[in-house]
Amino acid sequence: MDWSFFTEVLVGGLLSGVMYSLVAIGFVLIYKTSGVLNFAQGALLLFAALTFVSLTERGLPFWAGIALTLAAMTAIGALIERTVLRPLVNQPPITLFMATLGVSYVIEGAAQLLWGTQVHGLDLGIDDLPLEIGGVLISTFDLFAAAVAGAMVAGLTLFFRYTRIGLGFRAVADDPLAALAVGLSLDRIWTAVWTASGVVALVAGLLWGARLGVQFSLSLVVLKALPVLVLGGFDSIAGAIVGGLIVGAVEKLAEVYAGPLVGGGIEGWIAYVAALGFLLIRPAGLFGAKPVERV
Amino acid sequence: MTIREVLLSVDGVEATYNHAIRALSGVNLTVRTGEIVALLGANGAGKTTALKALCGLLAAERGQITAGRIRYDGEDIAQRSPAELVRAGLVQVLEGRHCFRSLSVEDNLIVGGQARGWSRAALRRELERVYTLFPRLRDRRGSLAGLTSGGEQQMTAIGRALMARPRLLVLDEPSMGLAPLVVESIFAALTALNRDEGLTLLVAEQNSTVALRHAHRAAVLENGRTVLDGAADALRDRDDIKAFYLGVGLGAAA
Repeated sequence: MDWSFFTEVLVGGLLSGVMYSLVAIGFVLIYKTSGVLNFAQGALLLFAALTFVSLTERGLPFWAGIALTLAAMTAIGALIERTVLRPLVNQPPITLFMATLGVSYVIEGAAQLLWGTQVHGLDLGIDDLPLEIGGVLISTFDLFAAAVAGAMVAGLTLFFRYTRIGLGFRAVADDPLAALAVGLSLDRIWTAVWTASGVVALVAGLLWGARLGVQFSLSLVVLKALPVLVLGGFDSIAGAIVGGLIVGAVEKLAEVYAGPLVGGGIEGWIAYVAALGFLLIRPAGLFGAKPVERV
Repeated sequence: MTIREVLLSVDGVEATYNHAIRALSGVNLTVRTGEIVALLGANGAGKTTALKALCGLLAAERGQITAGRIRYDGEDIAQRSPAELVRAGLVQVLEGRHCFRSLSVEDNLIVGGQARGWSRAALRRELERVYTLFPRLRDRRGSLAGLTSGGEQQMTAIGRALMARPRLLVLDEPSMGLAPLVVESIFAALTALNRDEGLTLLVAEQNSTVALRHAHRAAVLENGRTVLDGAADALRDRDDIKAFYLGVGLGAAA
């Protein structure tokens, strides 16, 4: 076996897995605090990418485009929380899920109405040239994406660990009823969380958009996030990272090594098979809902 | 005891869950400033629902108040949010403690003070106050609450509520699942707060012996309605309390 080739495939897989993690983190933030599986995360991601591309195509400078899109995403996140989820609070999970499914179509429709249906290229100014490190070729773009993801996770971690609202967020995630009883304003925390997931959607949207081009199938990356969540656990940011890495690595390794045996095309579905197998063994995921309890 | 102003009054409150399951059908209760009032009753009598109703927590469990009035400090509070009530000094320690299990004991306390928006110095002062009341918590301040003992969790839950500087502290079954000595020490701390700082307490308990020993007055709930209300020392010796507590003595006062 050619180990340097294996390493190259593995590293490539891990780095592409980071892209999945980026999408999964958006889910985790909302799921952890409100128990809602936000299917609209993909639509948010698409909306962010499309808004940014359309703004820069109309001549706006890069950073102004980022700032404006960021403002739009925080506004949309807060608006969804306010108009859709808050009135539905305490409804069964399936009701909330259906609501976010509806929201995702509304957002996609709105994006189409606003920006049209064309496919756009998105150039973040990072060349996707292979970089040779220790004899292994690595994509510069993937490295950049991994660095961005790392910075974002570090930022979120610091936020949750050291700020007031972060502490409130962890309290709500632990025990919503107790958080209510001690007078935390759940509405405010949920708004903050939806805003944060809007920001995550922006980052993920730009990176995915640069990779695949900005088009409507971009919203389907949510489906790629699902096996990541099953593997890592729906309520753990660390789980989203590890789950993403596993899915990325499994996909690429399976495609390269097992693909030829069955005529290829494994990459598209192997993650779901892995997730399915995982569900049977460990339904909570690797990092999911490990209750802190004395035994 | 001198007659004092009414801090909380509950008049004919009825409540349902999911608009279908009737949980309360006529709860009456009065709590005066500086009192300790015990709310007694068997499992399922409606104590927890009654306490949730007056702290604005019913909606979070798909419950709703369908009749009656709840007044706190002279104002109707049926429509107030829990956050508003906490800021007004009406704070509840939930049944089963409900600590934030993956947060440290100290972080639990800090969250309890968030509704008040304490400054850094005030937060220190309030923490110090809780640690003086429950020295155990000072030793355990860095431990995850979920890994502390049942008694320490109950102290954490009470301390967390005290961080909001309540005027009326509502406790739901603080003795549940705890050793008698621990129960005694918790009630001793609560009684001290009542005596020294004038904190008003409303305590729901199945353990009527302990509750009646510390309370000034008591009310008994059965099947979602108040069936008895009076001075604690008068109730202490009456056998029908036991009957109500077991849920067999119908009719006597209803």
